[in-house]
Amino acid sequence: MTLVEANSTYVACPFSNAVIAGLRELDQQKFGYDRLRGNGIDVVHRKVTAVDTKSRSVRLDDGKQLAYDRLVVAPGIDLRFDAIPGYTEASAEAMPHAWKAGEQTLLLRRQLEAMNDGGVVVMSAPANPFRCPPGPYERASLIAHYLKTHKPRSKLILLDAKDAFSKQKLFEAAWKELYPGMIEWVSLSFGGQVTRVEPATRTFITEFGTHKADVANVIPPQRAAAVAAIAGVADQTGWCPVDPVTFESRLQPGIHVLGDAIIAGGMPKSAFAANSQARVCAAAVVDLLRERTPASPKLINTCYSLVAPDYGISIAGVYQPANGLLTDVPGAGGVSPMEAPKSFRAQEATYADAWFKTITRGVFG
Amino acid sequence: MTRALVNVPKTAKRGEVIEIRAMIQHVMETGYREGPNGVMIPRHIIKRFVCKYGGEEIFSAELFPAIAANPFLSFSAVASESGTITFEWTDDKGETQTASADITVT
Repeated sequence: MTLVEANSTYVACPFSNAVIAGLRELDQQKFGYDRLRGNGIDVVHRKVTAVDTKSRSVRLDDGKQLAYDRLVVAPGIDLRFDAIPGYTEASAEAMPHAWKAGEQTLLLRRQLEAMNDGGVVVMSAPANPFRCPPGPYERASLIAHYLKTHKPRSKLILLDAKDAFSKQKLFEAAWKELYPGMIEWVSLSFGGQVTRVEPATRTFITEFGTHKADVANVIPPQRAAAVAAIAGVADQTGWCPVDPVTFESRLQPGIHVLGDAIIAGGMPKSAFAANSQARVCAAAVVDLLRERTPASPKLINTCYSLVAPDYGISIAGVYQPANGLLTDVPGAGGVSPMEAPKSFRAQEATYADAWFKTITRGVFG
Repeated sequence: MTRALVNVPKTAKRGEVIEIRAMIQHVMETGYREGPNGVMIPRHIIKRFVCKYGGEEIFSAELFPAIAANPFLSFSAVASESGTITFEWTDDKGETQTASADITVT
């Protein structure tokens, strides 16, 4: 088994919102692949430049070819720099996206640190589907926490291309309680759709107005990352249709696709979900190699969000294949209760921390 | 009173084609849905939208149950003179909502 990974260090997105808010350091988000070596796994830090589905081989950027019986790809996402007029890769300096953890995370943090008290932070969130559905709202919360602590006269405006979002009631109740008057959420129906940005002046132009920011964070629309196109597993939506039992691509037999890049029905684009899918896919690949029929799986997702360092909320779901997609198992899962004592929220924040430690330990050793 | 949003350029050159946008917050309830108690939810939709420029009707639309909640209309007009552009939405209960925006044409 060979793991081809372009980067030698993995920078985790979960908890990177806490880095932006100065509650955590980026080093705590970094993981290496050394402990995967051995155990029958070759780790190759190269980029994939081509996939030949006929001869079943992968070409790397050093020209080397790897033959496969089964190919598993976890493309992740690319940010669409063609989606919002004015928002290009170069403008991510003036208006960071920070939607892939790393330098962008630190850039947004530095801009918040440099902002004067009384400044205006403007964020924009895309329409569905996108990586980490509760992420923009966790980010707004933790930035508000930073502002309340260090720059209390400041304000955050969140322009949204949607009318509803994940854990909305919990977030909105917590904003009222913890950050009254600080976060203004502008939904689609109230003119939240961004039609253009002007990076030179950090200005967002919406269908019905303009918002000038002191610190701007554009979370643009996304698609499956480039390797999905190289492997031919993305369709015209930009995402990857898969079989929900085996995660085999509906476009390319012998190639399995996981994580944020796939069209997963009810299952959100989260690290927890991707990890659940990976386990099911691994078992299915073993079955298929042994010419056994994989059993229909059940998959779990839990997303924790921090509204403040000691205030966590969560949503959990259980999914099973139905009508060719992953579908919610009725009656399973749920969200944190609306009414709960502070100790309950604090406990969920510690669960979030424990989850991060558990999943990164499980993946990277 | 519900919320209506309009967008008209503040200034335009005479003869320029301008884009006008209008959105109103409205449930656009079709009348074909059952509520949780099994009783049909009565129809409640915006039926008509009219836009006037300097008092003259330049755009109007009839709306039907197939149109989604919070209808968003976007259309073009030719900037002819400085003045007020007015917007009026009327629902099937006869209630109206208005909005307006001024444009300076040079």
